[in-house]
Amino acid sequence: MNREMTRRSFGLLATAAVASFAGKKSLAQPASGEPIRIGFSTPLSGGLAGNGRSALLAQQVWGDDINARGGLLGRPVKLVYYDDQSNGASVPGIYTKLLDVDKVDLVISSYGTALIAPAMPVIVRHGMAFISLLGSGTNEMFKYGRAANISPVGRKMNEDFAKGFFEVAKALDPAPTTVAIAGLDSDFSNRAMESARTQAKLRGIKVVYDRAYPPSTVDFSPIVRAIQSATPDLVFFASYPPDSVGLLKAVRELKLTAKMLGGGMVGPQVTAIKAQLGAQLNNLVCWDVYAPEPTMDFAGTTAFLDRYRAVAEAKGAETLGLYAPPLAYAQMQVLEQAVTRAGSLDQAAIGAELHRDSFPTIIGELRFDETGEWVEERNVYVQYQGIVGNDLQQFKKPGVQVILYPPQYKSGVLRPGFPAA
Amino acid sequence: MLDPVLIVNAIVSGLLLGCLYAIASMGLAVSFGMLDVVNIAHPAMMVLASFVIAGLCSQSGLDPLLTALLVAPAFGFLGVGLYRVYHHFFEQSGDEAMQGLAFFFGLMILIEVSLVLIYGADQRWVETSYGGHTLSLGPVDLPLRMLLPAMMSLACIGALFVWLRRSFTGRAVAAVAQDRDALRFLAINPIRIKAVAFGISVALAAIAAGCLIVVQPVDAHSGHVFIGRILAIVILAGLGSLPGTLVAALLFGVIENLAATLWGPAWSPAVAFGLLLAVLTVRPQGIFGGAHT
Amino acid sequence: MSRLLRFHLGLAATGIVLIFALRLIGNDYAWYTGYVILQYVLLSVAWNVLAGYAGYVNFGTAAFFATGAYTTILLTKSLNLDLVLCVLAAGLISGGLGLAVGWLTLRLRGVYFSIATLSLAVVLQTLVVNWSYAGGSSGAYTMRPQGNNLFGNYSEFLFVLMLVLALGAIAAAAWIERSRLGMGLAAIRDDERAAAAAGVPTLRLKLIATAISGAMMGMAGAPLPYYASYLNPEAAFSLTYTINTMAMTLIGGTQSWVGPVIGAVLLSALQQGATVTISSAGNLLIVGGVLILFVMLAPKGILGLVQASRGKGGAA
Repeated sequence: MNREMTRRSFGLLATAAVASFAGKKSLAQPASGEPIRIGFSTPLSGGLAGNGRSALLAQQVWGDDINARGGLLGRPVKLVYYDDQSNGASVPGIYTKLLDVDKVDLVISSYGTALIAPAMPVIVRHGMAFISLLGSGTNEMFKYGRAANISPVGRKMNEDFAKGFFEVAKALDPAPTTVAIAGLDSDFSNRAMESARTQAKLRGIKVVYDRAYPPSTVDFSPIVRAIQSATPDLVFFASYPPDSVGLLKAVRELKLTAKMLGGGMVGPQVTAIKAQLGAQLNNLVCWDVYAPEPTMDFAGTTAFLDRYRAVAEAKGAETLGLYAPPLAYAQMQVLEQAVTRAGSLDQAAIGAELHRDSFPTIIGELRFDETGEWVEERNVYVQYQGIVGNDLQQFKKPGVQVILYPPQYKSGVLRPGFPAA
Repeated sequence: MLDPVLIVNAIVSGLLLGCLYAIASMGLAVSFGMLDVVNIAHPAMMVLASFVIAGLCSQSGLDPLLTALLVAPAFGFLGVGLYRVYHHFFEQSGDEAMQGLAFFFGLMILIEVSLVLIYGADQRWVETSYGGHTLSLGPVDLPLRMLLPAMMSLACIGALFVWLRRSFTGRAVAAVAQDRDALRFLAINPIRIKAVAFGISVALAAIAAGCLIVVQPVDAHSGHVFIGRILAIVILAGLGSLPGTLVAALLFGVIENLAATLWGPAWSPAVAFGLLLAVLTVRPQGIFGGAHT
Repeated sequence: MSRLLRFHLGLAATGIVLIFALRLIGNDYAWYTGYVILQYVLLSVAWNVLAGYAGYVNFGTAAFFATGAYTTILLTKSLNLDLVLCVLAAGLISGGLGLAVGWLTLRLRGVYFSIATLSLAVVLQTLVVNWSYAGGSSGAYTMRPQGNNLFGNYSEFLFVLMLVLALGAIAAAAWIERSRLGMGLAAIRDDERAAAAAGVPTLRLKLIATAISGAMMGMAGAPLPYYASYLNPEAAFSLTYTINTMAMTLIGGTQSWVGPVIGAVLLSALQQGATVTISSAGNLLIVGGVLILFVMLAPKGILGLVQASRGKGGAA
């Protein structure tokens, strides 16, 4: 029936976990009693499966960690999850099953807006505390008071998302005056493009090309050539993995040059695309959620990445684990801390804790506002620098994905121009 | 927006894209158009072949276009076997219309889901030596990533045409498309001929797969992008007209890229499929189809 | 009591028994699962009106279904119309759409009609994606009311609504089978040219069938925004609806309304079960595998198997 979390490498994990958390927690007591069951739906097949599978691995690593540390409220933790096939229509059914039939104690969300939003009415009706993973605006309509969202874009994505990109561009000399915007016709990309328009207007930068393309696009050369003929200083793409590759290939072939190119591209973050593009990523300035730079090395980050990579290697999943996995682990950490602070499984108490204080996690200190969004946006913009060939190992090292924004995590300086000289 | 250089480049890139559509559609033009076997799993077979080619290339370092030629015969034999199954279960009992369609639909799902289960949800790709290079003729750019698959596509389509005209079996295939019973008088088993033709259509899917993996990375569901387009192209051409399929594919590519350049890419699928609906309404036999449909 | 009355009373009784049985189970999951199964019963019965009775394969189930869903989204947003009225409107609009597509393509061979319906899905999806009032590619939220006047629980209300629609569709399908329309469609299915030569108004009958089938599919989609709360074009136009509907009907058997009902209940119950047990991509593998096995080994579906075992042969 339900999948139990893997308990392989339990001993190893236990040691590592105790070592990394020993300073913070009291000595581990063995967990006892009925397990606390955490229910969720997750995309293990379909379009979002890549992210769903890697997020699940991270959540399982957390499960092993916490059980090694003596469990949650002294009880062992068990994950109960079902595949939603990346299909939003199957989500409400799964959550009613989890809550009404399986009677799980806690719930977390599936991955992304399209799979989070359909769960909301069920969650609200049951009054469950709900921590979601990379949604955008899923609580805007519901204004549900017991929700938190693990997404660095914050509450005003339509305004703030591209801020970092334009802040970074300020370092260019001479200052940029024109920008081209192109992106996929999807919720996330449309919001990203909207924010680029807002930011450009705010800074008096002229938008010289502004188009969305459909998901089925095969040939990107008409788009890139039209951008080329508009000769913009900045190029802001908002794309998803398949089209990120298509766009960057067309940029290279048609020799599109710009003072700075990149934007809200989803794709370079994931392992398969890093391996594919390799050195072609050099000088790309791209939105991200995490980068293995010394400025973003929080308590437990390195330990998590090491453990995750060991498991992922064995399972042939997303091996670098720099995109969804740290966020998914942080999602579980927030849940853990909220439950611990509430001291019980009372959902109202857990929901209240979500907005009370900040949460130290492996992606930094998180604080949520009343709708569950991050109080401060923390869209990271990285520039790929000094990549040689397609070897994946180099992406594990600092200095390759140099953080240029936000200022508190800045770890290097902008290299102007795209492509890299 | 009416910069002539942009327009010329849109047409040229549209032609290159059209060549990819052509090789992808040609197999379906043979199976659907000539044999009346509506193989909607054709794009899924193409994706399957792409995965196979990507796997072979990453191990051997061979060129994907060359590898495609090597795996094509294997896919051809697979196609022959598949046709035997199809014929046994559907054509013989006269259930081919709906049951056969459902059979290929099921096959499509099986291929896609198996690919996800075996290879995971990630993209597959092949690195080629000519990947980022571009041939420039004055203001016109020809990326080798598009140009070489286009040439491969045209060469294979040319070979197919010659084979259908010149060889005995080829002419038998053409005859079977015209009149199923005519062959019996020549003491040729039409089922054998149709099996060969279906094998060729699946082999063409493998060739198209080689072209596809050079053009773009592929995941298990990449076939969905093509299914509507290649059906539209085959219909637009008039079923069974192979030269018509080539022209329709080129036309489709050019319209898509022109629409993207002139009105923005958001509308290009609607323009292309709107054209199909219009053709179906005004000239149901397709642009190049004869009256016999 | 006439046979017809008995049949309708039987349907109504089945419905009432179902409602009370699920009330006994007493949790929302039962309503949700029941809703999904009934939604597929409705879609399959609708698809079969064209495929089983007239022999025309519709590849655009998702297009008609999504048209219904977006009718609700638009009417709720603009006029705040009650869901029941939205369902009726969805039926009208999807029926009209069926009529229009049919008028454009039904003079052609069946396979062209199939391709045209497939293109219809692409064109409509592109339209919706570019229509920002309908939510565009970002999708639209539809807030469900807390409860309903008659039913305390909105999930129960949605279930009952879908139940009424599904039973209504079954009654309509059963009526078509016995009517002159059904006989005309059967003549078209067996040999369209001969039917036309014998004076059957083929085009008119096919148009009526397409409109009825489209209307039913639209009504099946209309409650979806309330069921899911959030809908984007990708989900509404999902190929899954087309695939499942076809598979369910063919597995059940196309000769009468009983086939799609059996197929839809069996296969969607299997899928719902697999989602919460096997819970992996293997789920769709089952659908594909079962479909292939059935069309190869039992081309007349479960219905055909049952009839064969009763010694009646494959009567249509």
